[in-house]
Amino acid sequence: MSPLHITKGATSHSAYNLRPSFSEIEERHTLAVLVENEPGVLARVIGLFSGRGYNIESLTVAEVDHTGHLSRITIVTTGTPQVIEQIKAQLGRIVVVHEVHDLTVEGPSVERELAMLKVVGTSEKRVEALRLADIFRASVVDSTLNSFVFEITGAPDKIEAFAELMRPLGLTEIARTGVAALLRGA
Amino acid sequence: MTREMTGAKIVVKALKDQGVDTIFGYPGGAALPIYDEIFQQNDIRHILVRHEQGAVHAAEGYARSTGKVGVCLVTSGPGATNTVTGLTDALLDSIPILVISAQVPTFLIGSDAFQEADTVGITRPCTKHNWLVKDTERLAGTIHEAFHVARSGRPGPVLIDIPKDVQFATGTYAPPKPSTSHYQPKLKGDMDAITELVAAMEKAKRPVFYTGGGVVNSGPAASILLRELVDATGFPVTSTLMGLGSYPASGKNWLGMLGMHGLYEANLAMHGCDLMINIGARFDDRITGRIDAFSPKSKKAHIDIDPSSINKVIKADIPIVGDVAHVLEDILKVWKARGRKTEAESVAKWHSQIEEWRKVRCLDYTPSTTSIKPQYALERLEALTKHRKDRFITTEVGQHQMWAAQFLHFEDPNHWMTSGGLGTMGYGFPASIGVQMAHPEALVINVAGEASWLMNMQEMGTAVQFRLPVKQFILNNERLGMVRQWQDLLHGGRFSHSWSEALPDFVKLAEAFGAKGILCKDPADLDDAIMEMLNHDGPVIFDCLVEKHENCFPMIPSGKAHNEMLLGNAETKGVIDTKGSVLV
Ligand SMILES: Cc1cc2nc3c(=O)[nH]c(=O)nc-3n(C[C@H](O)[C@H](O)[C@H](O)COP(=O)(O)OP(=O)(O)OC[C@H]3O[C@@H](n4cnc5c(N)ncnc54)[C@H](O)[C@@H]3O)c2cc1C
Ligand SMILES: Cc1ncc(C[n+]2csc(CCOP(=O)(O)OP(=O)(O)O)c2C)c(N)n1
Repeated sequence: MSPLHITKGATSHSAYNLRPSFSEIEERHTLAVLVENEPGVLARVIGLFSGRGYNIESLTVAEVDHTGHLSRITIVTTGTPQVIEQIKAQLGRIVVVHEVHDLTVEGPSVERELAMLKVVGTSEKRVEALRLADIFRASVVDSTLNSFVFEITGAPDKIEAFAELMRPLGLTEIARTGVAALLRGA
Repeated sequence: MTREMTGAKIVVKALKDQGVDTIFGYPGGAALPIYDEIFQQNDIRHILVRHEQGAVHAAEGYARSTGKVGVCLVTSGPGATNTVTGLTDALLDSIPILVISAQVPTFLIGSDAFQEADTVGITRPCTKHNWLVKDTERLAGTIHEAFHVARSGRPGPVLIDIPKDVQFATGTYAPPKPSTSHYQPKLKGDMDAITELVAAMEKAKRPVFYTGGGVVNSGPAASILLRELVDATGFPVTSTLMGLGSYPASGKNWLGMLGMHGLYEANLAMHGCDLMINIGARFDDRITGRIDAFSPKSKKAHIDIDPSSINKVIKADIPIVGDVAHVLEDILKVWKARGRKTEAESVAKWHSQIEEWRKVRCLDYTPSTTSIKPQYALERLEALTKHRKDRFITTEVGQHQMWAAQFLHFEDPNHWMTSGGLGTMGYGFPASIGVQMAHPEALVINVAGEASWLMNMQEMGTAVQFRLPVKQFILNNERLGMVRQWQDLLHGGRFSHSWSEALPDFVKLAEAFGAKGILCKDPADLDDAIMEMLNHDGPVIFDCLVEKHENCFPMIPSGKAHNEMLLGNAETKGVIDTKGSVLV
């Protein structure tokens, strides 16, 4: 038996680690959470994230099973593996949560987001915006003489890239739905 | 059989059918229909508290001492907001309670009506689940489901908010039936993991059982199985504050409580073990101290019904999700089937190492003949009451709470009620009322500090009105003792606002309420005074004037490891550095 060196009241080293030394590398995970569509359920989920200091990068929700009154919440979050594991366990504890799926682990999955962008401008800028929209397969859903509203769907980074290009061309407003995701295959 | 009746009647009927015999509450406008129904029946006793916080703590005491769900009834607005501390307390300590709060009528919700508060919004983060019932048809089902949620899996507080019009309207009553909701926590542990644990137990040279409140939550069978497992393997066992009594303090493998103010031998056994078997405990920061130095050489098994407890703080090598009683039963089965093996010789050596640590006598204190040392007061209380199998102890929060955990010994679960997770001053007195209601003939003592006790002293009215002979054993140091101790150790002895000034004369206070008061300040009088308290058939306030500046040891300062424990005043000078002082 290895002897224990007991230094009563020793002060030599003191550090304070809330987190044990599991991996400290932050990961991005997409979670699909099936919940009873009752009043307050979204507040429960959001309250969990804010109360425990977890990140939400994106969150979308809609009822997907009208007879069973089940909604599907898609949450994109970041954290160390331990934090991600906690998030899933904490979500699972909510009484009205039926299922928690980590699409990043259970994957591969596809992720899509829809965005609408308003671009205001005339002459060359307007033409250039339209040309780029075509390349990105964004469609025009509204136009006036000096503005367009584009609709684009795709992975979040595609939307980011498109928005970046539109910025110098007169981007004034953007609305994004957040990510919806499904596992691939049958 | 289903029947049509008013919502208010449904509430009372559902409670009856759930086996409720006592509710703690306080009326108000929005709750009047339910109160009217309570008036017209005799099966459920309503205990009128003097503050809704008291109702919740009383329900907690009732619940923890019986294993049943404790029930409260409060009115809307301030009635409901007054329950928030109690609900949070019950959430952190996993106590099953149901709060029924009245709400303004549905058609006024959202209009800032008189005594309207967003009760489900306010209590969402401090309940396991809550419901606003807007339709009388759904009332009975919701109440039955609320009991199911409160007591299943990891128990906890639930709340049902019932608007006044829903109480008046009629709906169908349906009696309880087994819950068909999707919420059905898993009770059986994974057999592969259990077998892995048994294999580790067979090879362990320095094992320790680290038990917690989950053993109490699991029910009496869990304590019986724990005793069987400990006695059969001969492994030493410690417990958190919340698990005291699950294994008897007189048992030969008992190490005493562990943690910040736990026993030297218990903490060193945790630090030096090679196999730690966590049974229903949650690696609270009061236990682990500095996490990177926590029991560095051990393999850790963790049995818990709540998957979020596992790997939350400490990584488990053998995680087992399940109910303590179910899992212990399987462990015993597998261990016996594999031939009841242990490394008996090594375990014996481990016990002798523990005996060495025990010789430090970490609870020793300097006795006095002139003043009552708080430790002495508790030693005498223990000596004069330990023969009472029906002794229940509640506590407030502070030094007295820790000394009570160290110096009072518990032989059975559900006999020790304390606010561990939230550390709620003002918990103990109302909790003692709840315990006494559940056990009318029992000896119920609240070990209190004078500051905590004052926080819910209005409940003297309740104790006297309902002739509840609860004994309020106040260790009066005229200080917010635990705060003063931290200021002593961490803030250069600058005792900022840690005095109890302008204290009442507790004897006169007792008399003003129509109860008995006893003052004791001389150690020589202590035994007689305690006997006088015990022999009085009615509520007693015992004002025990104790040494004012006694510190509670052992102590693992925040941010320190188990083997950096302070044993007494001499070692405390400047040992807590600035990094440690940011912790609580
Ligand atoms: C001033 C002060 C000082 C304190 N000092 C100490 C100290 O020195 N030592 C100490 O121990 N505590 C101390 N505490 C208490 C501490 O803060 C925690 O409340 C306590 O340690 C938690 O106990 P526990 O781990 O047993 O968990 P509990 O809070 O009792 O949680 C129980 C665990 O068991 C699980 N569980 C519940 N039901 C079941 C079931 N049926 N089957 C399986 N698992 C189940 C739950 O999911 C949970 O993880 C102190 C508190 C105060 C106010
Ligand atoms: C409601 C609440 N407020 C503040 C605290 C912080 N606190 C912890 S212990 C303590 C002092 C308790 O004093 P007392 O009840 O006299 O007990 P003692 O420590 O002297 O035994 C305080 C203020 C708390 N735990 N609860």
